Amino acid sequence: MKVVVCVKQIPDPADPGEMDPGTKTLKRDVKLILDESDSYGVEMALQLVDGDGEVVLVSMAPNNEVNGLRTALAMGADSAILVSDDALAGTDALGTAKVLAAAIQRADPDLILAATESSDGYTGTVPEMIAEILSLPSVTFAKEVAVADGGVTVKRQTEAGYDDVTCPLPCLVSVTAGVVEPRYPSFKGIMAAKSKPVDEVGVADLGLDPGAVGWAGARQDIVAIEPAPARGSGEVIEDEGDGHERIIGFLEELKVI
Amino acid sequence: MGTIWVHAEATDGKVATMTLELLAKARELGDVEAIYAGADGDVIAAELGAHGAAKVLSTGDLAGGLVGPALAAAMAEAIAGGATPLAIMLGTTQDGRDTAGRLAVKLDAPVITNIVELDDDGGLVGTEPVFGGVTNVKTKFTSDKPGIFLIRPKSFAAEPSGGSAAAVEALAVPDLGATGGAKVSNRFIEESDGPKLDEAGVVVSGGRGLGEAEKYQMIEDLAKALGGAAGASRAIVDAGWVPYSYQVGQTGKVVKPDVYIACGISGATQHMVGMKGSKTIIAINKDPEAPIFSIADLGIIGDVHKVLPALLEALSAR
Repeated sequence: MKVVVCVKQIPDPADPGEMDPGTKTLKRDVKLILDESDSYGVEMALQLVDGDGEVVLVSMAPNNEVNGLRTALAMGADSAILVSDDALAGTDALGTAKVLAAAIQRADPDLILAATESSDGYTGTVPEMIAEILSLPSVTFAKEVAVADGGVTVKRQTEAGYDDVTCPLPCLVSVTAGVVEPRYPSFKGIMAAKSKPVDEVGVADLGLDPGAVGWAGARQDIVAIEPAPARGSGEVIEDEGDGHERIIGFLEELKVI
Repeated sequence: MGTIWVHAEATDGKVATMTLELLAKARELGDVEAIYAGADGDVIAAELGAHGAAKVLSTGDLAGGLVGPALAAAMAEAIAGGATPLAIMLGTTQDGRDTAGRLAVKLDAPVITNIVELDDDGGLVGTEPVFGGVTNVKTKFTSDKPGIFLIRPKSFAAEPSGGSAAAVEALAVPDLGATGGAKVSNRFIEESDGPKLDEAGVVVSGGRGLGEAEKYQMIEDLAKALGGAAGASRAIVDAGWVPYSYQVGQTGKVVKPDVYIACGISGATQHMVGMKGSKTIIAINKDPEAPIFSIADLGIIGDVHKVLPALLEALSAR
């Protein structure tokens, strides 16, 4: 079985960066890392393939960034397709889906895995867009995935609980964080990752119209970037055995008790 | 004013609060039509009408098929057939996101996500908070396609308009081909007793600081003692201590209770996005540097394993 995993390389969430008021895009002058949300998809792919098949990463990133891809390759993925092109600056969710879908077609997988949403942009729409572009069925928000008899069975999160869903292959599945426990790359894995193939392609290589991506393709204007009204903090005290009394007093004041 | 389509969701004949919130906003912006995927469109028509929908366009039973592909295809076909919605509003739910994603491709129209405010300023402008809510980005579409907006829960107050029942019309779902391949075989409900997490006046949430799954019982007990609901950070949901339905945050529920009590939660951006709209926030955490203290009205730097048992005992003695 061949599994493609969509992975995003993002600024370290511990240091989320800021908007560049000039370009109206995220400042990306820092080294990018593998989005932790995507480590679950990589792990899931490795477990489903279980040594009998292939795991291919697909990513779109500025400046030919491979740092996050190397992490996923070190976990055990076999190869990667990286789309990097100056024409992609300002690309929105739909443009991203067009790019990733075109890259995925080059790999021709049986199954496509993605996170439900990225940690930095969290639109949560790209996986379903990819499925639609490729005319594939999909199951989003999977918290358990099994492959059998040419299909997948998935426990899909719902607002109230979960649904059991079955879906024939080929298809796309988006997985929630916590679906599996991602492995740490071994030293051997890290060394091996350095020589694994990364196919670097541009927008033209994918046969995409440059007008369909980037700022032009997004067909939206950012009319303002403003600081949100800040929420001030109140009193912070050290518990000296009386912390619970302070809470009780506060709840009484609020007439909760 | 143009027509605004609102994706309606309902369970057991009751319209979701998220949908009522969307309707309240939509009727400020135009003439409202609800779009619904389900067998009971006629059952919910009265409630949708009472909140401002003139019509409900309903697909009927999907025979186990998922909402996203069916509803997106049905809406795209209606638009191809001459319907001209100015905007399509959907809630940030599983089905809302699926539908918006598929519809964006069908119409080749962009989506603006995580919207908390929508204004008519010679065209609709959506406000999206980024970086955990410290910055607001306001965006406007420049294409002539209908604007697709995914709205965050609790962005608008649900309020009836006193309208009469919405007229029910059929919304045809075309042949979905391969995209309709996924089928639901069973549904499971995991919600706990007591008030619902996103409607409770008091929410008590626990995080990693509890140390182990068994200690979550203290959170349940405190929630019960205060007549509230129990919630959780993503970390302990991922760890399997409690089901996803307990999760508060960007990927979980958005809550705005009168009182939010965060116990052993450091305050990752992910979590704060889901609870910073609470009227009053109380935080208990060992780490004085925990970001949660920056938004707490009362912060207790202390060990939840000491503070919570003392608090529970004091409450039960009252």
